[in-house]
Amino acid sequence: MFSLLCTGVCNLLIANLLLVEFLHMGTHDLHPHVVDHRQELKHILLFGFCYEDVVYSLPLFSHSSILYPVLVHTQQLPYRKGLTNSARKIDMAIENEQPAVGLSKVAVSETHGEDSPYFAGWKAYDENPYDESSNQSGVIQMGLAENQVSFDLLEKYLEEHSEASSWGIGAPGFRENALFQDYHGLKSFRQAMANFMEQIRGGRAKFDPDRIVLTAGATAANELLTFILADPGDALLVPTPYYPGLDRDLRWRTGVKIVPIHCDSSNNFQVTPEALEAAYECAESMNLKVRGVLITNPSNPLGATIQRSVLEEILDFVTRKNIHLVSDEIYSGSTFSSSEFISIAEILEAHDYKNSERVHIVYSLSKDLGLPGFRVGTIYSYNDKVVTTARRMSSFTLISSQTQHLLACMLSNKEFTENYIKTNRESLRKRYEMIIKGLKNAGIECLKGNAGLFCWMNLSPLLEESTREGELALWKVILNEVRLNISPGSSCHCSEPGWFRVCFANMSEQTLEVALERIHKLMEQRKSKET
Amino acid sequence: MVAMSKIATGNGHGENSPYFDGWKAYETNPFHPTERPNGVIQMGLAENQLCFDFFQKWLMKHPEASLCSPEGVRKFKETALFQDYHGMPEFRKAVAKFMGKVRGDRVKFDPDRIVMSGGATGAHEMVTFCLADPGEAFLVPTPYYPGFDRDLRWRTRVELVPVDCESSNNFKITRTALEAAYEQAQAANLRVKGLLITNPSNPLGTILDRETLKSIVSFINEKNIHLIGDEIYSATVFMEPEFVSISEIIEEDIECNRDLIHIVYSLSKDMGLPGFRVGIVYSYNDAVVSCARKMSSFGLVSSQTQHLIASMLSDDDFVESFIVESKERLFKRHKYFTWSLSQVGIGSLQSNAGLFIWMDLRKLLKEKTFKAEMDLWQVIIKEVKLNVSPGSSFHCQEPGWFRVCFANMDDNTVEVALMRIRTFMLKNNEAMVPRSKLCRRSSLKLSLSRRKDDFITSPGIMSPHSPLPTSPLVRART
Repeated sequence: MFSLLCTGVCNLLIANLLLVEFLHMGTHDLHPHVVDHRQELKHILLFGFCYEDVVYSLPLFSHSSILYPVLVHTQQLPYRKGLTNSARKIDMAIENEQPAVGLSKVAVSETHGEDSPYFAGWKAYDENPYDESSNQSGVIQMGLAENQVSFDLLEKYLEEHSEASSWGIGAPGFRENALFQDYHGLKSFRQAMANFMEQIRGGRAKFDPDRIVLTAGATAANELLTFILADPGDALLVPTPYYPGLDRDLRWRTGVKIVPIHCDSSNNFQVTPEALEAAYECAESMNLKVRGVLITNPSNPLGATIQRSVLEEILDFVTRKNIHLVSDEIYSGSTFSSSEFISIAEILEAHDYKNSERVHIVYSLSKDLGLPGFRVGTIYSYNDKVVTTARRMSSFTLISSQTQHLLACMLSNKEFTENYIKTNRESLRKRYEMIIKGLKNAGIECLKGNAGLFCWMNLSPLLEESTREGELALWKVILNEVRLNISPGSSCHCSEPGWFRVCFANMSEQTLEVALERIHKLMEQRKSKET
Repeated sequence: MVAMSKIATGNGHGENSPYFDGWKAYETNPFHPTERPNGVIQMGLAENQLCFDFFQKWLMKHPEASLCSPEGVRKFKETALFQDYHGMPEFRKAVAKFMGKVRGDRVKFDPDRIVMSGGATGAHEMVTFCLADPGEAFLVPTPYYPGFDRDLRWRTRVELVPVDCESSNNFKITRTALEAAYEQAQAANLRVKGLLITNPSNPLGTILDRETLKSIVSFINEKNIHLIGDEIYSATVFMEPEFVSISEIIEEDIECNRDLIHIVYSLSKDMGLPGFRVGIVYSYNDAVVSCARKMSSFGLVSSQTQHLIASMLSDDDFVESFIVESKERLFKRHKYFTWSLSQVGIGSLQSNAGLFIWMDLRKLLKEKTFKAEMDLWQVIIKEVKLNVSPGSSFHCQEPGWFRVCFANMDDNTVEVALMRIRTFMLKNNEAMVPRSKLCRRSSLKLSLSRRKDDFITSPGIMSPHSPLPTSPLVRART
């Protein structure tokens, strides 16, 4: 149940106005997190307040008095546009009008998420991309989590194993490979993936190749699992901050909702049992059936692994609630030191695989191996029914057999994979230390990280106001003046403004130096402004 | 026990269809010329295996098309990083050009309307997500490819309403049938959003004539519903009449609302590369292109494969000779196969496309029921040891039809299959052709002449009752 309390912050009139406009919006103008309860809203007394274009409500019958923020998409709030009432309504009516020939609701919705600032920065980069020689004043792309530090290893492998990776001299293997469309996937490839995943975890967990289901990328894997684990209208709990793509992957075509598990900097954004319970209750108060929890470990955007105790707590929580746990371990091979990553697989192993049929792992080679173009994703489930169903569903998104063949060869080569994993970790660690040092010299702190292709930078001291607007204003300055595309924390649903994700592995060291110099300059300018 | 979704626990995956049962029989005992000569021959899989030597020759000449070769490895990094859902420009250009060539360059395709998907399977699902809401419906003429039941309905929760077609007029799609299906949907409170046609048809192997296509276009415009043309077999039209694509009709028909027209394509059948998962959605509707492109994130074509296909299809000489050679081989195989069947009194729907024939076994049914069809099918699988696909799995309204694939095996296997059929028919004593004219020597092969000269080309001759061809153009080779 919703209730809105009027306070002195904004008076009853504005609150009413706001709510009347809110109630007349088209469904697809609502922020994705808003559950459409407007019919109910109309019938109860207004009992809430709005602050900074966010409508806050106090749940009447909750155990806790946690404020549940109902986020209304900034751009749709009419009073910010400075238009008259009727003009606003017409404006919105035009915006809401369906195209002449009917498309589906999914097609006209904005749940594809591309209007997020996460993607707006990419546009700025596309229009003016930095180039070491030809465009030194261009925008440096630091919003794309790509791993470019280990290509030399891959190229060397290919040079030495040309025929095996291809189809042999005379291409005798071409025919069989080109015909192979079995959704079980190439056995040799699944075996190689299982081995690779074991090696990444230092042999601390075993993977059965027959539990590996192949999908065209982790994007497809996350969507596919959502189709299997939840019905339309159900909810998945996801710790914030999280990868913006999940808004699309988990929700767009599935009709499933995300309810955030709020984490904050007071404990380095770790998930707590209290936060888990709060999220669960929040979902219940909205009449949403929670089907599972999805964690990303190592975390994107935090760049940190989840601690063993936290993993235990999460596993305990999902077991008590009898719901699923999806662990997206796409960055598992990108931890800077092998021992620091603990996979959910290890926790299950320690528990003798009791209660494991609710656990599913998503993996991909896009980050660890730096091959996002090849579309290699996997689902590893401890639940037989999920494996069977996922396998059938993978028909919509199989991995090209050409690519399966190449990677089966590459990843079956133990010498190559061991060396790759070790060297990749080392190179990423060096890169991480370089950026941390550079940022520290500029007076900027980051969350202590130990994995991933990015760091979680704290620019809250620089904010004009400690709000989402303040963060976006600073982001625009960094994008347009400093010419760095970094990702604002709000696009990752971070509840504290001022944090930014900064990628460091998708460029050369020289480019990273240039980026650090620019940041240094910005900080110098700010310091001199203050004095 | 932790629960899964309704989609997951239901039967929407479609694997309980007899279409797949035969595959299981095949998998437990697959035919092999030396190791398992009594195994089941797979004739239920519509694959095109006739032209791989072509690819191999081309690959030898173009090592740079593979990222793994010394010539190609310099492109490795940029290709491996390329995940833009627009797809590689060279790839889109090459596919657009190929599609145009397959249609005799009578139409041009715009590379910017080409959207990738995870095979045609992914393409169909994606288009459905774009055009219809859960509970809405598409009309589909019967008989149709069993995979549609899963592809268009499973996760989308859209319904399919059949448009009944009958053998009495060679399964033509009539305006009456379309209207009847539309009304049926209305009566069931289903909102029809579109009509899906497969042209050339699977399982019929026939193409839609111009009048039918025009009538379909006028129907969908009148009802203001979408038209999805699955043209996955467009390059397998091996004989006259010439293929007419929906893209050609709308060029001629200025009144047609182009926002309603969408084409699904793939390289799995025309080129025989199902493993590479190259699915294409081509829409004349900008909003659909834009939406589908975003959705394609869930099923992009591997950039490694995009690179290979771009190289291959940019080679005009290769493409032109491939299209011609592929048709020639399909024509020969089809002709030999259907003629051989006719020799033992088995007829099929006259067809000029596809990788299969629509075999008519109605007179072998004990009774005109689908149960009898299933019984006959069991016999074919267990005794004749051929996996063919029963018409009921294609939602055919009349029992007794079977889809039999002929392009997924070599010449020797074709001979073994034909011999088994002959043996079975002789045993059944149903053959109408005089026994003296039956060839008993299994090594006898007939070499058929070029289609332009061959009197058999005129449709309608291939029936179970036609006498042996006595034209001097046909030469018997022992």
